[in-house]
Amino acid sequence: MSVLHIVNKSPFDRNSLDSCLRLAKADSPILLIEDGIYAVQKNTAAAERMQQALSTHSVYALRSDLQARGINPDNIIDGISLVDYDGFVELTTEHDKLQSWL
Amino acid sequence: MKFGILINEGPYTHQASDSAYHFTEAALRAGHEVVRVFFYHDGVNNGTRLSVPPQDDRNISERWSALGQKYDLELILCVAAAQRRGLLDEDEAKRAGKDGSNMAPGFQISGLGQLIDAGIQADRLIVFGD
Amino acid sequence: MASKKFLYVNRKAPHGSIYAQESLEVVLIGAAFEQDVTLAFVDDGVYQLMQNQDTGGIGAKNFAPTFRALGDYDVSQIYVERESLEMRGLSKEDLMPLTYEDEDDDWAEKDSIHVVSSDELADIIEQQDVILNF
Repeated sequence: MSVLHIVNKSPFDRNSLDSCLRLAKADSPILLIEDGIYAVQKNTAAAERMQQALSTHSVYALRSDLQARGINPDNIIDGISLVDYDGFVELTTEHDKLQSWL
Repeated sequence: MKFGILINEGPYTHQASDSAYHFTEAALRAGHEVVRVFFYHDGVNNGTRLSVPPQDDRNISERWSALGQKYDLELILCVAAAQRRGLLDEDEAKRAGKDGSNMAPGFQISGLGQLIDAGIQADRLIVFGD
Repeated sequence: MASKKFLYVNRKAPHGSIYAQESLEVVLIGAAFEQDVTLAFVDDGVYQLMQNQDTGGIGAKNFAPTFRALGDYDVSQIYVERESLEMRGLSKEDLMPLTYEDEDDDWAEKDSIHVVSSDELADIIEQQDVILNF
């Protein structure tokens, strides 16, 4: 079984995403929620890291947190999937360990 | 599937309690069981019945109480964290010689063992915090 | 009672916020429940293990000595990420020595702290049943 990594911090403010990427095994999925969703956008200082992460991880972002922050869905890095809370729950059932990078 | 939920932040200041609420609600709606919602650190502040948010805002503790009642949820505040922060049920208030209790309906005070037990009972334990 | 592997991931420095102190309280309860307990110190969490912490001047409880009692609670799997130490200019010598007595080895006193690489810690995370984040 595997670990679902949950990141809720902006990559421009805290090191949660970097620590997650350093310690998540290849193929472990990453879910971005709350301020973590700021990592989804193209043309940011975090975009290259996300691009690289996508080569070894599935990356998901919580749609309601994205909408709340006014992020344009057209400006999301290709390959990142949006999920709603039902999808969030489903992800947690598919992976037996949950690591929140608070 | 059985879930345990840990909430480490209080209402309003951080999104943690909101996120946890929406997650818990979605899990229950999908037919999963939530064995316990455990409130720790400042998370115990979610259990106050004395908060009076503006009319056009959500009432976070009332919302937890209502969800708790609808699904017969265990909403547990850690006793040590609650005492530190002044969250008291009637028994604790009496024991500490305080003039009132402030716990919202449906919340209970218990020990940290209930968190460990949730980890043992649940298939998944998820942490919401800051 | 069923036994599960509990991992406590500590990523926050002590004293500036209460997370480290209250997390240690959970660790002690978890050990009393006879669960398999592993601690990981990552990022600023490594500062929790610094030697010579003196909270006299800030009037807060110095809970650092409690870490030394972990061995008595059979908590002997303490992993510190090397990369986190190096980023902070620290090495194992900067951390307080934590030991336990190994009952399978004639109660020999052994080191509880293991400095491991990110890759090794990633494997350790993978081996757990329950992960608690503070």
